Amino acid sequence: MGTIIETNDLRAYYITQAYGVERTVKAVDGITLRIQEGEVYGIAGESGCGKSTLLRILLGAYQPPLTVVGGEVKYHLDGDILNAADMSEEQQRDLKWRTISYIPQGSMHVLNPVRRIRDTFHDFISAHRDVTKSESYQLTADYLRDLGLPEKVMASYPHQLSGGMRQRVTIALATILWPKLIFADEPTTALDVVVQRGVIQMLKDVQQKEGSTLVLITHDIGVHANLADRIGILYAGKLVEESDTKTILESPRHPYTRYLIESLPSLDSREERLAIPGRPPALDRPPSGCRFHERCPLAMEVCKTVEPELIQIEPNHFTACHVVEEELGRVAV
Amino acid sequence: MNLLKTYILPRILQWFLVVFIGISATFLIPRLSPVNPVDEMLARMTAFQSMNPEAFASMRESTMALYGLDKTLPEQYIAYWGRLLQGDLGPSFGNFPRPVSDVIAVALPWTIGLLGVATAISWTAGVLLGALAGYYHDRRWAQGLERVVVTVYPVPYLIIAFILILIFAAWLKWFPLVGGSRGDPALTWEYISTLLYFGFLPGLSIVIGATAFRFIMAKSLTTTEIASDYVQYAELAAVPKRKIILFYVARNTMLPQVTDLALSLGAIFEGALITEVLFAYPGIGFVTYNAIYNGDYNVIMGITLLSIVGIATASLLIDLLYPVFDPRVRLR
Amino acid sequence: MFTTIRDLFKFSPSFRVGSLILLLVVVMLVLSAFSPYEEDKLRRKVKRNQPPSADFIFGTTSQGQDVFWMLTFSVRNTLIISVIAVLIGRGIGVVLGMVSGYFGGTFDRVTQSIVESVIVIPRLPLLILIGAILRGQLTIYSLGILIGLLDWAYPSKRYRAQILSLRERDFTHTAVFSGMSTVKIVIREHLPFIIPFMLADVISGFLFSIGIEVTLSYLGLANLDSPTIGTMIYWGNYYQSIWVGRSWVLIAPIVATVLLVLGFYLMSVGLGEYLDPRKRLVRLTAHLGEEAQDDDPRKEKEDVWAP
Repeated sequence: MGTIIETNDLRAYYITQAYGVERTVKAVDGITLRIQEGEVYGIAGESGCGKSTLLRILLGAYQPPLTVVGGEVKYHLDGDILNAADMSEEQQRDLKWRTISYIPQGSMHVLNPVRRIRDTFHDFISAHRDVTKSESYQLTADYLRDLGLPEKVMASYPHQLSGGMRQRVTIALATILWPKLIFADEPTTALDVVVQRGVIQMLKDVQQKEGSTLVLITHDIGVHANLADRIGILYAGKLVEESDTKTILESPRHPYTRYLIESLPSLDSREERLAIPGRPPALDRPPSGCRFHERCPLAMEVCKTVEPELIQIEPNHFTACHVVEEELGRVAV
Repeated sequence: MNLLKTYILPRILQWFLVVFIGISATFLIPRLSPVNPVDEMLARMTAFQSMNPEAFASMRESTMALYGLDKTLPEQYIAYWGRLLQGDLGPSFGNFPRPVSDVIAVALPWTIGLLGVATAISWTAGVLLGALAGYYHDRRWAQGLERVVVTVYPVPYLIIAFILILIFAAWLKWFPLVGGSRGDPALTWEYISTLLYFGFLPGLSIVIGATAFRFIMAKSLTTTEIASDYVQYAELAAVPKRKIILFYVARNTMLPQVTDLALSLGAIFEGALITEVLFAYPGIGFVTYNAIYNGDYNVIMGITLLSIVGIATASLLIDLLYPVFDPRVRLR
Repeated sequence: MFTTIRDLFKFSPSFRVGSLILLLVVVMLVLSAFSPYEEDKLRRKVKRNQPPSADFIFGTTSQGQDVFWMLTFSVRNTLIISVIAVLIGRGIGVVLGMVSGYFGGTFDRVTQSIVESVIVIPRLPLLILIGAILRGQLTIYSLGILIGLLDWAYPSKRYRAQILSLRERDFTHTAVFSGMSTVKIVIREHLPFIIPFMLADVISGFLFSIGIEVTLSYLGLANLDSPTIGTMIYWGNYYQSIWVGRSWVLIAPIVATVLLVLGFYLMSVGLGEYLDPRKRLVRLTAHLGEEAQDDDPRKEKEDVWAP
């Protein structure tokens, strides 16, 4: 299995100019990713850490004020390497939905409220395939049946469906053309826990049926634990740790990741969970050095001035932290 | 059933309330005025033209009976409703003894035709152009169009009509100034083409103002709409622009526009009244103008009543049609 | 208040153009006080039917009036009518809208259904009816009152909506929980939002009254001896100015109307942009810089870290 999408030192900023004041928000600041074909790659992080922005860039769906100022996104598709920034509008359109698709946040509003579900499906299918209305109805009906959704959904309007059903329909809508690469942005947020389970199962089914690659963004580590093969932890626009799910959950190294994992409730212990002190930093004026140092209990003098590099500490385990570096150094010495 | 109870019935009740308030206002206004409308009117009539004494006596009698000014206010009010419910609006003084209802009935089709066509055109054009200009808001043509609309929008109908007359009827002489058609009414192209020819400028003056109004609203609705999740999602999926503009943007922005049409019918009707006067178009507006000129009080009263009931009814019909367009109301 | 106007002038082209046009109108207003003629003795002062020239820059009418000086009076009188109408109409509208917005309940339901009904009733026929009865006795002042009495329903509905949305905002809840008295909340927290809204609304009131004045006068229902923009058009039309080649008599008041309404309208467009909550946010964040920090400004979703 090869790489399907990679980024090299990707930087994307929101550059706004209003009433004479320029403001730059460094939402994605030097991220390098290699996502493998067929894997489920989870991206986790607090709200405002740049994960939605990263997704937009990966998807190639962004417009000013969001600007890519450095690095690039490359797709490896069918033996070709495509640079996301160099694609013509036509290429983009050809790629969308047939090869690359997107499941938006579990919200009520991604389906046109005055259009029947089957017509929305027809709009999306016919944009990429030469089909008649009855053909796309047939395609939709078959697919919904495969996924175990009731047939009456077809003729319904979105407001007639429950939140969970709407999200399932949205997932079906995003994957109806069997894309190779699926991006999902908080697919289960805003759903209650019972419904979440069903939606997660459906995502799993969809991904496994075709062996698609799924890039999953959510703040919910529980969802990652359920779905992801590998997890990247994002903090203030930077990747701070990356490894396989088991390692991240069981032996995280970066202090921030440890906070994340420790803050998860568990059935075994009833002790109070630790919350992360402080607030995530403002991305228009990120802290110097390691961006986490202001909230880090282990922060050293060097953390305030020198930005840590992402280093490999085990096969398949990367982290960017001076403390970890030092510990390793000590072990090595 | 639910739809009936939560949507249709309240609107029908509202209709009764509108008609009740409107008709009561037309009853009270003349009686609150410092002058006695009957004497005022008769004085003006005799001052303008010599009348045969018989007609004058019959008129005075009928007006007194009509307004029942010697009775108490509640009695007058009940009598007033009684007459209205029989469709009796009294005789027209200007065309004595022709009943007012007859005078209005002749003029009404002209107004309904002009107003109906102009409203349909301006509503559709406003919604679509607004959606286009809002969707392509950074294009030069969209900004130019908006600038033109913003300039036209606040200008009163009367002034728009005057400017059209100055340009197209007086200077360029492309269109006639006066009248509604030529020849005998018939379903032939010849007659219909004269209808279009005579109706063009009056229609255009209504269409310009009404389209501008619709456009401004449509554009601001579109601005909100294109930021909506479903439009953004459809764009991400590369659904063709034509489909997005028609079925995602305009289809949604038209819903508040339907409701608003019901509310703004009155204003459009007022515009039509003025337009008809200026172009001597043989509809209600022109009849109103002549009635003002002749002091034909009964006709003015009749037209006021009719326009209140007519507009309220048209608004009700539009409101009742709304669920057809909005599945969220129809199928809740 | 002052900085608001300065900001508007600086950043909103519509507001700038609008206020420049209205400056022209103010010049006309001032000039009316220096007219060589008296307002009620304009007739037969100058040679009739003269086209615009150095002597009579806008020409003269068929009644021997100087169009330019007549226009100064007309603009002034039309504005007097509008001011009266706006004061009365908005006065009723604000009180009714605020009362039903704040008190709610049965009172609100009853007023709302009455207001909804009045909105649907076409006003021009009613005005024509009243005008026809009072013909000749309708001075510019009573005309203003009359227009005002018929233009309160829509404003009151909008004020009510405004109040309802303010009542639901966070700062109202905060103020209520912190024990601020209702009067204080209204004055300190809500009025700053209502006043700019009111400004824009007052302008739309001007647009309506100017339109109605012109229309009623044109129909011959106002006092035709007072010069207003509408009566100028009435007399111009009465003497068939367009058809006998003296359109300057009509063009002056028509251009004046267009400039007047356009000036007012552009100002309100500028104000409206200023009031737009989304743009307001941009403005605030531009000034503060560090306050708003959102991953993606276009996306306002809750995405709360759940420890």
